[in-house]
Amino acid sequence: MAHEPILSGIGLSKSFGPIEVLHAVDVDVRPGEVHALVGENGAGKSTLMKLLSGYHQPNAGQVVLDGRPVRFPDSNAAEAAGVVLIHQELNLVPDLTVEENVFLGREPHRFGLVDRGAARRATAELLATLRTQVPVTRRVRELSVSQAQMVEIAKAVSREVRVLCMDEPTDVLTGRETEVLFDLVRRLTADGVAILYVSHKLDEIMAIADRVTILRDGHKIGTFDVADLTPAEMARRMVGRELADMYPPKPAVPDDAPVALEVDELDVPGFVRGASLRVRRGEVLGVAGLVGAGRTELFEGALGLRPAHGSVRKDGRPVRWRHPEDAKLDRVAYLTEDRKAKGLLLSKNLRENVVLQSLERFARPFVRLHAEQQALERSAKEFDVRVARLDVEAAALSGGNQQKIVLAKLMLTEPDVVILDEPTRGIDIGTKRQIYFYVGELLARGVAVVLISSELPEILGLAHRVVVMHDGAITGTLDGAGLDEETVMAYATGLRRDPPPSTLESPRVHA
Amino acid sequence: MSTPETVAAPSWRARLRRVPWQQLTPLAGLVLLVVVGSLMHPAFLTSTNLFNVLTRSAFIGIIAVGGTFVIIGGGIDLSVGSMAAFLSGAMILLMNALYGGAISPVGVVLIGVGLVLGSGLLAGAANGLAITRGRIEPFIVTLGTLGIFRSLVTYLADGGTISLNFALRGVYRPVFYDSFLGIPIPVWAFAVVAVLGAILLHRTRFGRYVRAIGSNQEVARYAAIRVARVRTLTYVIQGLCVAIAVVLYVPRLGSASASTGILWELEAIAAVIIGGTALKGGSGHIWGTVVGAIMLSLIGNVLNLTSAISEYLNGTVQGLIIIGAVFLQRGRQGR
Repeated sequence: MAHEPILSGIGLSKSFGPIEVLHAVDVDVRPGEVHALVGENGAGKSTLMKLLSGYHQPNAGQVVLDGRPVRFPDSNAAEAAGVVLIHQELNLVPDLTVEENVFLGREPHRFGLVDRGAARRATAELLATLRTQVPVTRRVRELSVSQAQMVEIAKAVSREVRVLCMDEPTDVLTGRETEVLFDLVRRLTADGVAILYVSHKLDEIMAIADRVTILRDGHKIGTFDVADLTPAEMARRMVGRELADMYPPKPAVPDDAPVALEVDELDVPGFVRGASLRVRRGEVLGVAGLVGAGRTELFEGALGLRPAHGSVRKDGRPVRWRHPEDAKLDRVAYLTEDRKAKGLLLSKNLRENVVLQSLERFARPFVRLHAEQQALERSAKEFDVRVARLDVEAAALSGGNQQKIVLAKLMLTEPDVVILDEPTRGIDIGTKRQIYFYVGELLARGVAVVLISSELPEILGLAHRVVVMHDGAITGTLDGAGLDEETVMAYATGLRRDPPPSTLESPRVHA
Repeated sequence: MSTPETVAAPSWRARLRRVPWQQLTPLAGLVLLVVVGSLMHPAFLTSTNLFNVLTRSAFIGIIAVGGTFVIIGGGIDLSVGSMAAFLSGAMILLMNALYGGAISPVGVVLIGVGLVLGSGLLAGAANGLAITRGRIEPFIVTLGTLGIFRSLVTYLADGGTISLNFALRGVYRPVFYDSFLGIPIPVWAFAVVAVLGAILLHRTRFGRYVRAIGSNQEVARYAAIRVARVRTLTYVIQGLCVAIAVVLYVPRLGSASASTGILWELEAIAAVIIGGTALKGGSGHIWGTVVGAIMLSLIGNVLNLTSAISEYLNGTVQGLIIIGAVFLQRGRQGR
């Protein structure tokens, strides 16, 4: 294996406006290695990757390819040189087919016309090597997020790729798909391709990476052989302090705690059949399951965000929420899993975003900008939103800060039932811990919390009880104490299934 | 993660930088037009001529205030010109039918005005409900109602012209031709509609919701905003604004025909866009729309006064200015 790096950055710095986000960082990628970049949100990982692949130009420093200084004026130039970045936000054309996307801009030609047969064959072969079963003639719009991700990877691999940059590729993948991706990564590195890999999931990095570069606040902390570090040491270097316990203590739910939200035999056409559950004040109900099991749809159906039938009770009172506003008036709030498309007005400032859901408190009848600004400042303090200025657009914040703003927006409605859907997706470990402890505070205030999550450690760390869904149905309701990941996965994959409780028997709640 | 920076007291330079220069582009265009106009003809900068321009901009301006709500909310209304023609025709027919009975001429006119305002609300609500409850594209719905209203007025006029009874004209005439404190009534009406519109858009929950929905409808829905209701109301406001314009327009000529209000929808949308409102929705200002409407009217006036360009080329010049305005906007949105 050659040890001369293929691609390196020397003293790379980058500023956006007056704020420097990357300070003189050195990094190098060698052929056949997986080089991970880790750091909290806003540490500069994505920026560094974009500097190396032509999406941004460095303000200082030099990109070096094969020992020679290069300048990629744009991503096309980088791709022509074999440096390809796979985006966090997928970069496919929804209305074109899989095959048209893979060969977009470099379609094979025959007699002056696009040779669709050749393109289809080549795409089918590529997808077969990725063990992805997607018809090449299907439109990308009709694919699941994880399928689209695999197509994106196929597109990158179909080029003469020498350095493949992946930005949180497994965020939207299921466990099996992650395995397939890792197989592919191993085959690529065996062929001498270098992989630059950004992820928040430290266990993945332990499994797949050879070296890791740790960034904090735009500074490089160091580059290490992964074999020399434990995940705990990695996390400590990322945040620059000892991480105490990740989760707050889990106080017992009092025996007499009233049921706050009760869902009975809820059907969401096309997604959920006959789902029943209940959550009490001061309790965290975890909702586990694989991507596509219907967890989000269950609660969107209950809250009037999509059509559903079944019965819902709030504080014992039957309710019929036809619109999210009905649920809001009954003091139930839902944190969407899709922060960018459903949670934030990205082009609006933080003030307008944070008061959007509780505007009636700030407008009587005319909006009072001063009161809104005070609310924003209070929220920024309470949720520890770390930004240089508060008068920026929501798009300018890092993922963790954005999530805090969305959470603050929800909490301004003063809900007593809070449904958190993937609250820590794409967020750094320090912010995750803050959100976990915030859940602890909510419990102390007697709020009922529903936690939908694909990260089993956080479900096990926070939930008193766990509801597991598989293919649109609840397969089990489990006691959180002494629960392990294997048991939850058995229910989530449909291997185990509890008999549905008879409607007369009220499920025992474990205190 | 960035550490909070200490903010020094803003210097005048920093303050200057905070002025939204790009939003002032339409105002700069207006000033430029006035300068050009006054250089080209001595009669341009007289109060008679300027009030004339303002009076003529009132129809399009009032309709465009409503259009600002629709467009910021992420919609479009192509039916306003036809709706204006239909409401004018219906109003004249009703007033003619009532005249000569037990009701005084003034009473007849008041009933006519009430009917037009009510019908405008209903017509707007019909557009809005078809779009939100029927889940049909605004472009399609209002293209359809554009045809419907236009054919209805042609039918009412039997292909010709509907004329207001002569005695009623005398009573109704002052609404367009009289002045109050030296300022023509239509200009007052335009100013009042613009001020009320600006308050509604910039200072109330409703206005904030309109901007949120135009910015991202899904985010608004998840924030428990009644998206369908708010969007429908933008079309109701549009219908009401059309009705107000009709109340001012009917006394001007005292007639309506199949060619009344032709291409008003283009001028109204143009005024909104020239004023800096994003065609894709989410942001915009009423005062920009006011400036846009006055600019359109000024262009026609300058061409009329000077012989440099034929007045028949008015549409060409307006078209070029619309395209230019959107070209300037691109810098703001292109990211």
